[in-house]
Amino acid sequence: MEKIFRGRAVVPGEAKLKALVSRGGFNTLASFKDCKKGKNVCTDQNNPDLYGKSTVGVALCLPQTIGSTTGGMVLYNSAVIGCNPGALLFSNPIDSLAAAGAILASVWTTNNIPTVDGLGEEFLNYVRDGMTIEIRPGGEVAVTD
Amino acid sequence: MELTKEQQAILDGSQGEVMGKIMKTLVMYGETFGATKMVPVTSTYGHIVTSFGVIVIKGVFELMDELIAAGVTSPQKFSADPRPVDRNVPKTLLQDIVFKVMYGPQARYEEQLRKIGLLSDDAFTCACYFPEVGNRPKKGDVLSWAESSAVNYANSVLGARCNRNSGIIEMFGSIVGFVPYFGLLTDEGRMASWVVEIRTAQKPEAQLLGSAIGMKVLEDVPFVRGLDKWIGTELNDDACAYLKDFGAATASNGAVGLYHIEHLTPEAVELGDRLVRPGAKVYVVDDAELARVKASYPVVWKDKDAEPRLCFMGCPHMTLAQLNGWTEKLEAKLREKGRKKVAIKTVFTTAPAVIREFEKQPNSKKLRDMGVVVSYICPLMYMNNPLCAKMPVITNSNKLRTYTTSRYYSDAEILDQITGGAK
Repeated sequence: MEKIFRGRAVVPGEAKLKALVSRGGFNTLASFKDCKKGKNVCTDQNNPDLYGKSTVGVALCLPQTIGSTTGGMVLYNSAVIGCNPGALLFSNPIDSLAAAGAILASVWTTNNIPTVDGLGEEFLNYVRDGMTIEIRPGGEVAVTD
Repeated sequence: MELTKEQQAILDGSQGEVMGKIMKTLVMYGETFGATKMVPVTSTYGHIVTSFGVIVIKGVFELMDELIAAGVTSPQKFSADPRPVDRNVPKTLLQDIVFKVMYGPQARYEEQLRKIGLLSDDAFTCACYFPEVGNRPKKGDVLSWAESSAVNYANSVLGARCNRNSGIIEMFGSIVGFVPYFGLLTDEGRMASWVVEIRTAQKPEAQLLGSAIGMKVLEDVPFVRGLDKWIGTELNDDACAYLKDFGAATASNGAVGLYHIEHLTPEAVELGDRLVRPGAKVYVVDDAELARVKASYPVVWKDKDAEPRLCFMGCPHMTLAQLNGWTEKLEAKLREKGRKKVAIKTVFTTAPAVIREFEKQPNSKKLRDMGVVVSYICPLMYMNNPLCAKMPVITNSNKLRTYTTSRYYSDAEILDQITGGAK
C-alpha cells in the first residue's frame, strides 16, 4: 500500500530507496566517525535505531540532526567520498547543520542528496526500516509497505 | 531573499565563479530558513570548527584547494578548534603510528587555513572566547562561527548573535562578510519555547544538567529557572566556567545554540520573563531526573569493569581558573590519600594561550609534579584514533562521552578515581 506525505523540497531531486529510520535526533558527527569511500556504518552509540547499520544510499528518515557543528561538513564530505545517504527526509523543519550539508553537497559536488523537510510526525510514526520510499518532485514522498 | 547590489553582484560572478558559488551557498542556506536579507558580520574575528586534517575529509581539502586556486581569502581572520595531536599526551607506539597516518594531512590543512585567513599559528582552541585568547565578541555582535560549544557560549553568556552554523558555512560567512538573517540572529528566534525548573537539593553537575536539557529540548531555546540559587547572579569565573561546560553539553547532547539563565545571562537579566514564549513547555529537573539521565548513558567499553587507563578533562577546554581549582583539589585529595601522583594517566586540556599563562603560576609545577599533563589537544580527535577508542578512558565531559567511547563520571567521581579510588 502506498501512502503519500508532502513536505518541502530543500534540495530537489528524485529517488527510489529503502528507508532507514532514526526516531531520535541524528548525530551526524557521531554517526560518520568511521566513514570510508563508499562505506559508512552508524557509529553513534546513543542512537539505538541506527547504531551498527549502514547509512549509505538509504532514505534516511529522521526528526532532525543534532550535535557538533561539524555536521554539515561531515555530510558534505560523505557526498564527496560517496558514503552519503541517498536522501534525507525530515519530519520536522530542517535544522541548520543538515541544511548546510545538503546544500554544500548540491552546490559543490555532483552528488546531490535530495532533501525534504516538514513531512510531519505522522510520517515518522508510519515509516519503518526497509520500506520503499519514492521521492517525487515538489516535496512529495511516497512510502510503500 | 533580497540582496544588496554588492551581494547580487558577487552572486552573479563579479568576483569570480568560486565567490559566486560561496554566495549561492549562503543564499540557499538563508532561504531555507526564510531569511529575507543578509546582514554584515560585525565581530572582529571568526571561528571555524574544522581544525583537524584527518585523512577522511578529502572533500574539505579539495574545497580549500579550489578556494585558494581562485585567489579567495577571508578578510576576517579566524581562530579554529584545537589541534588533534600533541606529542605530550600519552600514547603507545602503535597509537602514535595510527595518529601519523590519520592526521597525515594536518600540515597541509594548516597551510590551507593560513592561506585563507587563520588568525595565528596559536589560534587553536574550542574556547576562543577566553580572555587569554582574545577572540571574544561583544554583546550584539553578529558572528559567523561554528563549534557548537563556542556558538552556544557566545550567544548565551556573551549576548552575541550567531546561528548554529556548520563547518564550511562559517568560513564562507567570514569570506563574504555577510550572513543570512534568521534564527538566533533575530529577537524572535532568541525567545524561549521551554522553561526548565531546577529543583535539585544540591548544585547540579554542569555537564549532567546540560545533557538532560539538551536531550529534552533538542534545538529549542530553554529559559532556566532556579539555577542562580546554585551558581549566583554574577558572571564571575566560576559561573562562566560552569556555563561553558553546561552549554557544551546542551549543544552536543541536543542541539541548543542559546539558553537563558534567569537572573544571570545578559538577555535574561535584561528581559526576564519577556523572553519566554506564550505556551512554553515546562521541564522539571530534580535529583531523580539527573540520576535517570546519567543511568541512561550506554557504556561501550568491551570490559565494563576495566580499570581506566586514561582520564581527559577539558572538553571544552578548561579555563585558567578551572586549571588552578583542579590543581588545588587534586593536591588536597592526594595528600588525604597519602599519594604524590595521580593513579591514572590524566590530561587537562586548554587553549595554548591559557597554557602560557598557567605556566607562569606556581600551580603549573605542582600539577606537573602530580603527574598531570596539560595539553592543547582536542580529546575528541585523540579518541577518534581506533586504537585509543579501544582503551578504557574516563572523562567529566558529556560532549566527549557523546562522540567517543569514553565514559562519563561526575567531577567528584573523577577526582576519586584519578587519586587512586576509594580509600
